[in-house]
Parts: sequence; structure tokens; C-alpha cells
Amino acid sequence: MGFREYRIGSILFGVALSSSMMITIYFPGLDISSVSSTSIALEKQLTYGKNSSFDYGDPFVQGKDKPIKVLLKKDPITGATMDDTNAYVFKPGTSLPSGLVHEHIMGAKVQALSVSLGKTNQVDESKGGVFLVQSSVKDGVETPYIEFATATRGWTVEATLAAADQQMLAGSGKTMFVREGCWWCHTLLPEETHDWQSFGRPPVVGDFNGESPTTFGSDRKAPDLLHVGSRNSSKEWMMMHFFNPRLVQPHSIMPRYDYLWGETDKQGNKIDLAKWDEEFNAYREGTRVYPPEVPEYRDDTEIRMLIDFVLNLK
Amino acid sequence: MLKYLFAKEKDIPGGSAALFFGFSCLMWFIVGTGLGSFNAAKLAFPDWFTHSYLLQFGHMRQVHVHTVIFGWIVGAFAASAMYIVPALGNTKLWSEKLGVWNCMLWNIGLMLALSTLWGGLTSGREYSDFIWPIDLYIVIFMVTPLFTNIFMTILHRRTQGIYTTNWFFAGSFFMLIVILLIGNAPEFFHLTGLNEAYMTWWFAHNVLGLLITPVAAAITYYIVPKVTGNPLYSHRVGHLHFWSIVVFYSTPAAHHLMSSPLPEWLKSFASVEGVLILVPAIAYVCNILLTMQGRWSMFVENVELKYTITGVLLAIPLNMQGGFQQTRAINWYVHGTGWIVAHAHLALLGFSTFAEAAAIYYGLQTLLRRKLYSLSLANFHFWMLLIGFSLYWVSMTIAGLIQGAAKIYEVPYLDVVIAEHPYMIVRWLGGTLVFLGNIVWLWNMYMTAKHGNKIEKGVLPHQVAYVR
Repeated sequence: MGFREYRIGSILFGVALSSSMMITIYFPGLDISSVSSTSIALEKQLTYGKNSSFDYGDPFVQGKDKPIKVLLKKDPITGATMDDTNAYVFKPGTSLPSGLVHEHIMGAKVQALSVSLGKTNQVDESKGGVFLVQSSVKDGVETPYIEFATATRGWTVEATLAAADQQMLAGSGKTMFVREGCWWCHTLLPEETHDWQSFGRPPVVGDFNGESPTTFGSDRKAPDLLHVGSRNSSKEWMMMHFFNPRLVQPHSIMPRYDYLWGETDKQGNKIDLAKWDEEFNAYREGTRVYPPEVPEYRDDTEIRMLIDFVLNLK
Repeated sequence: MLKYLFAKEKDIPGGSAALFFGFSCLMWFIVGTGLGSFNAAKLAFPDWFTHSYLLQFGHMRQVHVHTVIFGWIVGAFAASAMYIVPALGNTKLWSEKLGVWNCMLWNIGLMLALSTLWGGLTSGREYSDFIWPIDLYIVIFMVTPLFTNIFMTILHRRTQGIYTTNWFFAGSFFMLIVILLIGNAPEFFHLTGLNEAYMTWWFAHNVLGLLITPVAAAITYYIVPKVTGNPLYSHRVGHLHFWSIVVFYSTPAAHHLMSSPLPEWLKSFASVEGVLILVPAIAYVCNILLTMQGRWSMFVENVELKYTITGVLLAIPLNMQGGFQQTRAINWYVHGTGWIVAHAHLALLGFSTFAEAAAIYYGLQTLLRRKLYSLSLANFHFWMLLIGFSLYWVSMTIAGLIQGAAKIYEVPYLDVVIAEHPYMIVRWLGGTLVFLGNIVWLWNMYMTAKHGNKIEKGVLPHQVAYVR
């Protein structure tokens, strides 16, 4: 470089940049990675699967390669009645979430319990399986863990899906939430200082282990949604609101998601958006008494995934 | 320009790469601001263009952001570096051929990146939205050739010392490679949870703080002394600026997540470091404004200086906001509101764009050896940009304050949407003015290339009088 000063400068530059990265990446990384999962983090991992954006299992971001969350009222094998239980069904080949693949994601105690009580060491991605979130109390401390119900109770994928009262595609729905850019306006992060009343409990450090992406959102142009399912659990309202938000909130600036319905409705009739618009405009101008009906969506549509995800945000 | 891709190095006229980059970044700027204006219209009038997957706000917002960042801003940096670095080293660009290839790969890469993003292929992480194959493309085919070319030009300089501008060019392009590789590690290695969230903002913070702010400053370090004829006020203060950028600006990433459950020590550390960015900021602004001593009339008379100094003056509110809005005392009020959107546009559309516009105006005239076609159109563009930006900034700041007040008084959210509506319309108007101004600019530069008065050898563009 010609001058001794430039050699010294280059070395100092390297030293400054690497110490900066030591402080801003390595130390925080150590600290954050040592955090133990809460039961919320375990539920999120089992609901959303490995990744909710571009990934090998879902290269076109269509909500593929995701588990199914089911509600059980009876034991799938014995048929005995039991309390309402959420189970997470991974069909064979569905990518497992980080916590089940890597040892250092869930936190040491959660990991140890999941292996000893939950038998998660017997999980095989190619065979799939059914999972539950459980907790164990020891010395007054409650520790959540994942139970591999296929190993502990013999619940198979087919039997569980057949016995399920309700199937939620919330994992695929999170992919829709990411792809459709819902998080550009709706945050998933009630703020610690002042959001308790409006938007509910802010998340804590252990709520995120294994989730990717976390989609906190940074620019809140619309209500926070972290607990929206607790505030509004009406599927019909969601359906109307997604089809045309102005139908239920005349001043809303949310985009319409009518294109997520696909070509036909549940009854197989073609959805005519132009005709719907015409009728809706007539309603808005007062020449029609009732707004047009919102078509019911088919079970394999993207809107179904998205609504399942939103309703699952408790 | 494409004919030079397979030409011999000696057959490529000097400045070809810079010229190629200069015009392509102008075009991306028009696309980017057009998208911005369209997005703003959707926030003001949500029923405008419905039923469409591609024209939905959530699919277009990030395309606007990345077109402006990688197409316009970083493209303009490449154009500026490719004519400023050789000029300061009294030499030629290390490889014009690499530069021309770099520009072509840059445009191909951007088209790939933006169309995949627009189609919904996203990593779901703000500012690092591109999927990882695209991130790798950006590092390997866009940024590394740029850094190599610039760095080798500096090594092969024919002057003794290295001027301030070149420290920043070399340092920032190198840091950009590091930031892109480390900041996208969550995707390369599937890091999850808070680590992923934090690394997202580590990337976003550093791509602004270690690339866009310092390189925009580097441009003004060149333009102001060159056009005024004054030497830089102080190289010592320039040193302070450079080193405090490396030390202070690279550390406050966590202040973007002050309301999230990150470790408290990290947030406090980031907040203190965040205030310390005032050190480089004040050093820089003072240094440039003091360089203007005795030449302030040129701020009005000379169009390149008009842009540059407006940019530098906008850096003052930018850094004052930036230093203080991230402290806990203020952040809880403005976090996640339109205030931050206004601040981001102050950085990119205010400070940085004005500096780059100056570099492109000056650079294209130098490279083409032609005087600007129309001063009136340049002034018209200046005022379209400044008024458009001001409308945007003021309206979004007010909207942000309304949102902040509504947030702490727990006003139902729909009332906030109603209260913000007029400001959303003003925002759209401002963005549209910027977009229209840029079309005029492209036309002006095109006419300069075709019909501008020739500048003789040994004369610099600002030394020639306007005749039109």
C-alpha cells in the first residue's frame, strides 16, 4: 500500500470490525441460544414446521411440506373419550422443525425431558408421526416438552387424522402470511410498554425457539395480530373480511384477498369477481339493500390456510 | 455498450463501465419510485387495482424497497466509484471490461431478484427478503467484482496518499460483502428464533450504516472540494468520521428491536452506541459545510452543489432523529409508526439520493464530455425531488405522531386509519412528484448524451458556462 500507516490502518480496520462482530453477533448469539423454550415456542414449532418461507420443501412458497394441527376429543387408537387435545400430525416426509432435528434449539432441560419422557429420539422424518406438547412439574418448576405420541401411545398418522374433530392448516397458513406480506402492516409483536390492553400479552424471550421467520413486522399500519384469535374467533367474519375488508370495516385500507379463493367456490360454482364488484358497488351506493354473498371457500384453497393461521393466533 | 463485453481491454474507452452503470441506475430509479408511488396510492385508495396477485400491496412493497436500494442507490454508488476512484488515483479503472460485465450481471441479477421477489418467493425477512440463491448471486456476481475493481484501482493509483472518499469506497464495498454473507447466515444455515430475528436487523442496520450512509458521504467528500475548488476543511476530521463509522455505526443493530424480548443488556448497549453515531455524523456535516467557506453562492448557482449540499443539510435532521429516536425514552412512542417510515425516506430519498444525484449529474457530464443539456430541467428536477420528498417526510412524520399518540392512549385502530387517511394521500402526491421529476431527469441526461455542448479536453463540466 506504500505507507506504513496504511498497513496499520488495514490491521486496525480488521480488528475494529471483528470486535464489533464479536460483541454484536457472537455474544448475543450465545445468550439467545441459551434460552429455554416456553410451551408457546414448542407449539409454534409443531404448528409451523421447519420454515415458513422459501425452503427446499416449499420452493414456490405455497404452504407445502407443513404439519396439520388437529383437535382430538377421543383417543385415536382406543376410542376412549378425553379432554380436548391438540395434536400435531406430520405426514411421512414432512420436514421436522429445528427443535426435533438439532439438540441445541429447545434448551437443555426441555430437550432432556423431550427425549426421556417424550421419546423424541425415535422420530424419523421419512415415517412421520404425531406430536403433543406436554409439561412436567418437578420441584414446583413447570417444564414443557414435546411428546412423540406415535412412540409413546401408538397414535399413527392415519388413525389420528381419521379421529380428528377439526384439522387446521395453520402451518401452511403462516407461509401464506409471509408470502402475502400481511406482516408489512400487521405486527406479531405487542410492545412491552403499552400494548397490553389493546393487543394482549407481549411475547417473552423463550417464545421463539425454532421459529423461522419470526415476522415481527416493523411498520404497524394495522392492528397487531399476535392474539387476534382470542379477540375474534369467527370464521365467517374472517371470510368476509379477507374477501373484501370494506364489507365489514368501511374505512379499512387492507387489500382484498379475493384471489386466494381460486376459480371456484365450495359448491363448485365459478366465482365471478366482476359481477360481485358490481353488486357491491350498488350496495355501497344504496341501490341494493344487502351486500352480495361472499362465496364459501374450498378446503384446499390458500384462503383456508390463511384463515386457519389467523384463527390459531390465540 | 454490449459490444464491449467481448472487446479487448485496450479497445474499451475509459469510463464505459461508469456510464453504463450511470444510465442503468437512472432507469432503476424511475422504476423504483414509480413502484413507490403506486404502493402509496394503494394505501390511500385500497380499491385501486384489485383482484390481482401481482398488484397487491404485500407483493409490491418489498420490490419498491429493493429496486431503490440495489437498482438506484447501490447502482449509483458503483457508477460514482468507477469514475471517482480513477480520478482520485490519477489512473484508469483497473478493468473496464470487468466493470462492463459487472454492470450487465448487475442488471440481470436485479431482474432475477426482483421478479422472484415479486412472484412471492421470499425469505420473509425485512431488507434481506431475497431468497438465498439470489443472495449468493448478489455477493458473487454483483458486489465482489465491484469491490475487486475498486480496490485494485486504488492499489494501482499513481498518487501517494489515498483520499478520504476512497477510504470509504474501499471500506464500504468490502464491508458489504461481509454483511451480505453474515447477515444472510440465518438462511444459509437455517438459524431460527430470536437469533434469526436479531440477525435480520443486524443485516438491515449494517447495510444502511456501513454502506449507504458512508458511501453517500464519500461522494460529497469528492464533489464539494472538486466543484468549489476549496480543499477539504480537515483530513483529521475525515479520519474521525471514518473510524467512528467503523466502530460506532456497526454495533447498534439491536436498537431496531427495542420493543422485542431481546436480552436487556443488548438493547441498552445498542441504544448507547446508537447515540454515539452522532460522532461520525457531526464530524461529517461540519467538515463538508466548513469546506464550503467563501463559496456559499455556489449552493445557489451550481446545480451539482445544490444537490450535494441539500443532501448534507438533510443529514442533520437525519442523524438527530437517528441518534435519539432509538433511545428507550423516545422509541416506545415512535416505534413501528409512520415516523420511522419518514426517517427511512429521509435517509434514502433525502440525504443519500441527493448526494448520488449530484454524483450522477456531475459524472455523466464528465464521462460524456458534454455539458448538461438543460439547467432549467435540472432545477425543475431538483424542486420536484425536494418538494416531493418534503411532502412525503412531513406527512409521514405527522402520521407517525398521530399513530404514536393513538398507541399510548389505546385508541381503536380503525380510528387511526381514518385519521391517517389525508396524510396517506399527501404521501402519494409527494412520491408521484419524485417519480415524475425522475422521468424529466432521464430525458435531460439522454439529451445531454445526444445534444449537450461538447466539453474540451482539460476542462471540467462545472467550468463551462450554460448556453441554453
